[in-house]
Amino acid sequence: MTWKAPRPYANPYVAGVCLGLVLLGAYAVAGRGLGASGGFAAAGAGRWNDWVFVELAGVVAGGLMSSILARRWQLTIDRGAGVSSSARLFSAAGGGFAMGVGAVFARGCTSGQALTGGALLSVGSWLFIAGAFGSAYAFAWPVRKFWR
Amino acid sequence: MTDSLAAAFVIGVAFGWTLERAGLGNAPKLARQFYLTDLTVFKVMFSALVTAMLGAFWLGRLGVIDLSTVYFPETFIVPQLLGGLIFGLGFVVCGLCPGTSCVSAATGRGDGVAAVAGIFMGIVIAGLAAPGLEPFFSSTARDVFTLPDVFSLPYGVVVLAVVVLALSGFAIAERLEVRA
Repeated sequence: MTWKAPRPYANPYVAGVCLGLVLLGAYAVAGRGLGASGGFAAAGAGRWNDWVFVELAGVVAGGLMSSILARRWQLTIDRGAGVSSSARLFSAAGGGFAMGVGAVFARGCTSGQALTGGALLSVGSWLFIAGAFGSAYAFAWPVRKFWR
Repeated sequence: MTDSLAAAFVIGVAFGWTLERAGLGNAPKLARQFYLTDLTVFKVMFSALVTAMLGAFWLGRLGVIDLSTVYFPETFIVPQLLGGLIFGLGFVVCGLCPGTSCVSAATGRGDGVAAVAGIFMGIVIAGLAAPGLEPFFSSTARDVFTLPDVFSLPYGVVVLAVVVLALSGFAIAERLEVRA
């Protein structure tokens, strides 16, 4: 048995069009778009039969299957070259905490607001996109050491 | 009920699969978006947004889907803008968003697991504070409010404008990556 290298990632435009078709399928079949932060909120409230929670369980399953088939599944900590594992775990959890708070304020995240509401041209979703990307670029320079 | 949950799971599998294929389970790759050296996040997000937007527009116009039965997120101007600003800070520090952190965790990444734990804590704690903050969360409410409403333009014209904006963005993204 020979070790095989992970497969290269898909073309981003092709992956994006596929993701758009998944979102369109969700509108057509389920009458709603995609979500992620809503699934976390449902889990926190013990609502295990919540639509977004079940969808998020599917995201975990889909990501797992895809990574195994593409030979990308690996027990590791992705981080900048000069960042220790423990520092990376703290920055991931800390950044995650801020995103959780932001998603409660905004009633959704990159999935439920930016993608789902963005494609439906919702004003609040576009304000969320502008706020999130604007803020991420504004803070990119101060936190650049996290990625070096 | 069970049918709708089965659909939820299948849609989620396809969602997670696409995110993983695009490389969006990899935090340093996502973070390079904010240093303009790898614009995969922008390319994937906006080609997805444009595809779904065009699909919803044309399928709605052809009567294949009734857009009035699709749930539209409501607009709350100040909470959503402020929420976006807080979210963006977390995004560049963490490198993952709530959906991609689940993919990262599912592919064996410890930082993905830490991100999932942090997001969960943030949502639960902000949720506990929510009753006190309810007047703010419900402020500047505009119900279902769309870009065509804001600009008093037909739906199709705004759709075309977003397509032009995205295509221009893709052209700029390709140039930035060549330079990087």
